[in-house]
Amino acid sequence: MWEQIRSNRIRTVGLVVGMGLLLLILGYFLGLAFTESGIAGLVIALVIWVVMSLVGYFQGDSILLATAGAKKIKRSDHQRLYNIVEEMTIASGLPKMPDVYIIDDPALNAFATGRNPEKAAVIITSGLLQKLNRDELQGVIAHEMAHIKNKDVLLMAMTSVLLGTIVILAWYGSRMMIFGGGGRSRRDSSGGGGGQAIIMVIALVLAILAPLLANMIYFAISRKREYLADACGASYTRYPEGLASALEKLGASTGQLKSANQATAPMYITNPFRKKGRAASDLSSTHPPISERIRILRSMGGGTSFADYDTAYKQVHGGKGGVIPASAMGLAGATSQAVTPPKRTPEPDKITRTRETSDLMWKMGNYKEIDCDCGAKLRVPPGFKETSIKCPHCGRVHKVK
Amino acid sequence: MSGAMIALWVILGIIGVFLVAFIVIYNGLVRLRNQVKNAWSQIDVQLKRRYDLIPNLMETVKGYMKHERETLESVTNARNMAQQLSGGSVGARSKAEGELGSALGRLLAVVENYPDLKANQNFLALQEELTSTENKISFSRQFYNDSVLRLNNQTQIFPSNIVAGMTGFKAEEFFEVSAAEERKAPKVNFS
Repeated sequence: MWEQIRSNRIRTVGLVVGMGLLLLILGYFLGLAFTESGIAGLVIALVIWVVMSLVGYFQGDSILLATAGAKKIKRSDHQRLYNIVEEMTIASGLPKMPDVYIIDDPALNAFATGRNPEKAAVIITSGLLQKLNRDELQGVIAHEMAHIKNKDVLLMAMTSVLLGTIVILAWYGSRMMIFGGGGRSRRDSSGGGGGQAIIMVIALVLAILAPLLANMIYFAISRKREYLADACGASYTRYPEGLASALEKLGASTGQLKSANQATAPMYITNPFRKKGRAASDLSSTHPPISERIRILRSMGGGTSFADYDTAYKQVHGGKGGVIPASAMGLAGATSQAVTPPKRTPEPDKITRTRETSDLMWKMGNYKEIDCDCGAKLRVPPGFKETSIKCPHCGRVHKVK
Repeated sequence: MSGAMIALWVILGIIGVFLVAFIVIYNGLVRLRNQVKNAWSQIDVQLKRRYDLIPNLMETVKGYMKHERETLESVTNARNMAQQLSGGSVGARSKAEGELGSALGRLLAVVENYPDLKANQNFLALQEELTSTENKISFSRQFYNDSVLRLNNQTQIFPSNIVAGMTGFKAEEFFEVSAAEERKAPKVNFS
């Protein structure tokens, strides 16, 4: 598996370097257009990028968690979810169990953050917790763990910073050229002449094209990592059907995640802005179409190795190129035997799950819970001032602590 | 530069390359061996957790299951047996643990006949804990076996087998599944 991660990393590094070059070229020409010194533009571009990268590296996960409105949960809050995350930590061989966060949102989605495997977190929506059974939840968590294990989280965060820098530079650059009247070039037209005009044109074209190009590179990286995370997830659980059926439920739900935005979209397990039934296979999509991911997982024919995933991928794509590099095949292929046949574990039904999840969300909102002897459950809001409360059901009076 | 000097540099260069390759391979082997050790201790943690859960489970279940003495006893016996062998060899342990696993499986299967028990909150929490521990055992075994396979491959394939032979790396034992029902359907993959 290390080999496959390494060789994938080389390919990804190529794409990221391409994006970095794009930033430098853009900075250089914008510099030429405004200050007649390409180096000044380069320096400005680099400074913006470095500052944004540092913020992204050290604060990225907390910013992300805060904007998503995620709340951290403890073992006692949701035993089953916590156990599943522990199980997948063991299966993936991560050095430390990631923190678990919940977003109170009926939409079905999940994502992972953290700049390294030691300091990572998985985040799922309450809708997901309620709709998925144990196997499906396990599949989703395995997929997120794979993102952490493969260091995708850091990669995507850093790449999105790079993309953001390019977009900002291009936006201000083009606005200044169009509306600012390109003050310098007009003043210098007597001396500079045709050369400066050409540079202006090049800079303008770059400012328009660079963000588009950077976006395409970004999405190309993101989509590749999704397939890889699916393959790893299947090999952790040894049960591709779990993830496949979870994706099916995710695909059927139409709810858009309120707290997601364009920049954070690639972090989620499925595109949070996707419209129902849209086969999002075009270049501007951060995720491969769900139906295709399901079909690949279901074509694995009982095997769970990377080789099985790759064969299934080729089958779905009519025999064209695989997603897993050849160097990883021999190694991973041998581990394809399921160590144990997947056991169907006993678990609560849908109604119990719904109740559990809503209990959890009340608790997260700091509501106090009082069990009345008549069987009713009273929920006391955090701002409640009285010292006692009467059960509306049977009339018993309870003390509020 | 004379011919002799060039030859000397070439030889030094070749030795250097070999030395670097040796270090890289050796470090890789050490890392793999540590991973195997680490994975083994992870299995240990989970197996101990299972020993600890069983008396609790017995307490809860006893009152409800009046007619399942044999099933209950077989779980307790298998647990004590496995705990006794916990210092033993990989082979002996995996056999005992396999038996404990299948005894527990039989117990959880008969639970279906006791609706009262299935409604007991305490039992449900225990059942989730036990199921998850079973899962963790099989996941840690899966990770252990994958790690052992990688280490064994490295000790056998060229050129790392040379380094492994010189520095005394040996192939490790797999944690096999020995319970009869768990071995029923082996899946063989030739790809």
